Amino acid sequence: MRVLEHQGVVGRSPPRKDGADKVTGRAKYLDDLGFEGQIFGRTVRSQVPHGRIRRIVWDEAFDWSDVVRVTAADIPGENVVHLIEDDQPMLAHDLVRHREEPIALLACADREKLEEALLRVRVEIDELEPLLDPLASTRVFKSYRIEQAPEGLLQAFSSGRVVEGTYRVGHQEQMYIEPQAIAAVPRPDGGVTIYGSMQCPFYIHRALQRLLKLDDAQVAVIQVVTGGGFGGKEDYPSVLAGHAALLARKAGRPVKMVYKREEDIAATTKRHPAIMKYRTAVAEDGTLVALEAEIVMDGGAYVTLSPVVASRGVLHAAGAYRWQHARIDCRVVQTHTPPNGAFRGFGVPQTLFAVESHMERIAAELRIDPLELRRKNALRLGDVLPTGQKLVSSVSAREVLDAVAARSGYLRKRKEYAADEGARRRGIGLSLSFHGAGFTGSGEVKLKPRAGVELTARGARVLSISTDIGQGTITVFSQMAADALGLLLDDLEVAENDTSRVPDSGPTVASRTIMVVGGTITKAAQAMARILQTYVAEVHGVQAAEVSCERGIFSAQGRALAPFAAIAKRYLSERGPLTVIENYRHPPDVHFDDAAYRGDAYPCYGWAATAVEVEVDLDTYQVSLLDVVTATDVGLAIHPVLAEGQVEGGTVQALGYALLEEHVWSQGKLLNTRMQNYLIPTALDVPRMQTTLLENPYPQGPYGAKGIGELPMDGPAPAVVAAVLHATGKLVPELPLSPDRVMRAMEERASPASPVAQRRSAEHGRRP
Amino acid sequence: MKLVVNGAERSFDVPPLKRLLDVLREDLGLTGTKEGCGEGECGACSVLVDGELLNSCLVPVCQVDGATVLTVEGVASQGELTPLQKCFLECGGAQCGICTPGMIVAAHRFLSTGKPATDENVRDAIAGNLCRCTGYAKIVEAIQLAATQAPAAAAAEGARR
Repeated sequence: MRVLEHQGVVGRSPPRKDGADKVTGRAKYLDDLGFEGQIFGRTVRSQVPHGRIRRIVWDEAFDWSDVVRVTAADIPGENVVHLIEDDQPMLAHDLVRHREEPIALLACADREKLEEALLRVRVEIDELEPLLDPLASTRVFKSYRIEQAPEGLLQAFSSGRVVEGTYRVGHQEQMYIEPQAIAAVPRPDGGVTIYGSMQCPFYIHRALQRLLKLDDAQVAVIQVVTGGGFGGKEDYPSVLAGHAALLARKAGRPVKMVYKREEDIAATTKRHPAIMKYRTAVAEDGTLVALEAEIVMDGGAYVTLSPVVASRGVLHAAGAYRWQHARIDCRVVQTHTPPNGAFRGFGVPQTLFAVESHMERIAAELRIDPLELRRKNALRLGDVLPTGQKLVSSVSAREVLDAVAARSGYLRKRKEYAADEGARRRGIGLSLSFHGAGFTGSGEVKLKPRAGVELTARGARVLSISTDIGQGTITVFSQMAADALGLLLDDLEVAENDTSRVPDSGPTVASRTIMVVGGTITKAAQAMARILQTYVAEVHGVQAAEVSCERGIFSAQGRALAPFAAIAKRYLSERGPLTVIENYRHPPDVHFDDAAYRGDAYPCYGWAATAVEVEVDLDTYQVSLLDVVTATDVGLAIHPVLAEGQVEGGTVQALGYALLEEHVWSQGKLLNTRMQNYLIPTALDVPRMQTTLLENPYPQGPYGAKGIGELPMDGPAPAVVAAVLHATGKLVPELPLSPDRVMRAMEERASPASPVAQRRSAEHGRRP
Repeated sequence: MKLVVNGAERSFDVPPLKRLLDVLREDLGLTGTKEGCGEGECGACSVLVDGELLNSCLVPVCQVDGATVLTVEGVASQGELTPLQKCFLECGGAQCGICTPGMIVAAHRFLSTGKPATDENVRDAIAGNLCRCTGYAKIVEAIQLAATQAPAAAAAEGARR
């Protein structure tokens, strides 16, 4: 445990501010709220993956008198779900491009009747051939190429040792425990107020303006307590809010829509599946020389966030390593499946799975220990990434590797487990990951995020639209502002996330909340502190430079002058409200050229290493986790307990991705849409974890902090692959490592390049 | 029909097959109990019925007519957080909080059994409660800390049941 020298709350772990409400059941989520006169909404969906709508048939024998019906014809504005490109209709009216495509909406006060009504609507569709194989798709949403000294590629591949591999990952479901939930309340001015479970209130705000042809002031979007998001509540809530608003507008009553779990799993966005071909040239001593990669991601039916997912994925595809030459191609394509979207990691869990698994392959070919290979090539301060970005601060690749190697007993266990015999084989493996904090490229510059603080009679109120979806935004923002103002945590409050009342600090995504928004709030709080210091100096007749505030007491030269609250009250009555809003300022030396796709894609990176210990049962091919050790450089942990919570939670989601979570499809239909058949880890599926936070401050970040939310999702899956390789001699290049995949790998002929594989397979007598 | 919910007798007139979860949330106004899946997988709707941990989404209310029910709202007595709830706050056992009511009820039940709070026992006790945020580490830690802080209280609780 570190010793903090300052008096403040940054770096300490007070109980989260919303904690008491959550442990007592008082916290009100959307479905816990009632709206005067509310009715309930449901969605009529395509049921075919591709086709042209002929007509909607409403059963004439059914009493529709108390059922509100909405189709595309009822849309007053543009029939789009506004996001990056406006290609997705809010309600399909002509072509349908995936099986869950919404076509009509129903609402009724009686929920049983509503379910019956859903069965009395039939949509006649002329079916078209669906496009389901991303490799066969020529409809490219976006493609990228990154090149680093490409003129040397040919030479590198002809003179170096060439190692090749193909890696595949499927969909992953966010599986927030609270399903998507929105209520729309119509307003007398023709506008609408939205309440709901969401990450990005302004996405909804803008989408509704387009859909309903409303001006800015006619829409208000209010986030209520949100039961998890993980990216799944980044863009999809715009669809649900659009639907609820259309129904509410027609009904003239509040409409609540809460998805049932099956509908939520079937219809909402997931992590992009990817097929990733890697070809590398390496020197015999293990120096990485050249990389060629071709990455294909399945975007699903509509663009949604695919271009930015692919962008972040490709920017991390070379891994946290130095290369001399590289050419990395990535395309994200259309298929007739529900659109894929944001999920914690946002393209990086896919590409890091590929590159880290590939590192294992290289190590096996060269007969070098994978840790040594990683240490030798890991990025250092001053190294240059394939986009040309020079790393100038806060690089911890070697440090995190060394920390997990030491804490997991990696070297000792590599030797010890190699001697395992019999049907149960243990293995230990590790991975190295990095993750850019904040929006990619010039995203933050274009977005122009704004956030601030306002003076209250007791302390201050934080103003931003950044949502607390469980990660602890309310608490960490309060800590950051409290220290800037010299207040106690209890003196801080955080304004309700209401688009009509707080500035647009941007979406709650991209590991940007602490670094970008928290940094802006800190600057605003510092500016407010200066204003109040000047005021106190005037009131008390001292020099402003001498005035400071600690733990809620203003003092000058060691003499207490007045409590903050007394000053605040006096200021407010004498001078009126005090609000300070700051614009985010991008570090001036960080530049990215979006057109050329060169430069500083991210102002800084978080670094993490994960060691995983497994036991593989060679009779059942079951992989069990024995130990998980992580080391994560977060710059500075504003709240260490919450930061560890991010690491541990992300790690377990990634272990689910590695071992359990798999979607099964048939002709564009998702077959496992229930928690019973899409399994996420329970407390019994994962072991106790050893979590270490390293702090290598990012000088431009608030208090030195960088992003943390997504990084833990990136590394654990390839670490499991590495551990299973160590246990069995087989590299399983596809997730999840379910017993059937491990069995298939075990029954394949031993890879000639892998001496371990040959020995292990021969020992166990399973070679065909 | 009637139930003794969190110590108070409540009577209500509902269809016999209405889910206990919906009776609690809609008829008795106890929205602390959550619905995550509606099929007994996630445990967000966990309550104690006559001391047994049940998924209230799977229970038709007619089956438990007259029973004693404890929901998350009844865990803290007179607004005072229990050691378990305080440990959840201290250890970071709640993130988004949607699984927390069910976790608290399951953990409360576990502590009342007086079983040793080994990793295995604690994980077993909450194995029917899914959490997607924490990775369970801080929840297990919170329950173990609560077990060390209030063994006497836990034993008394156990004796009472």
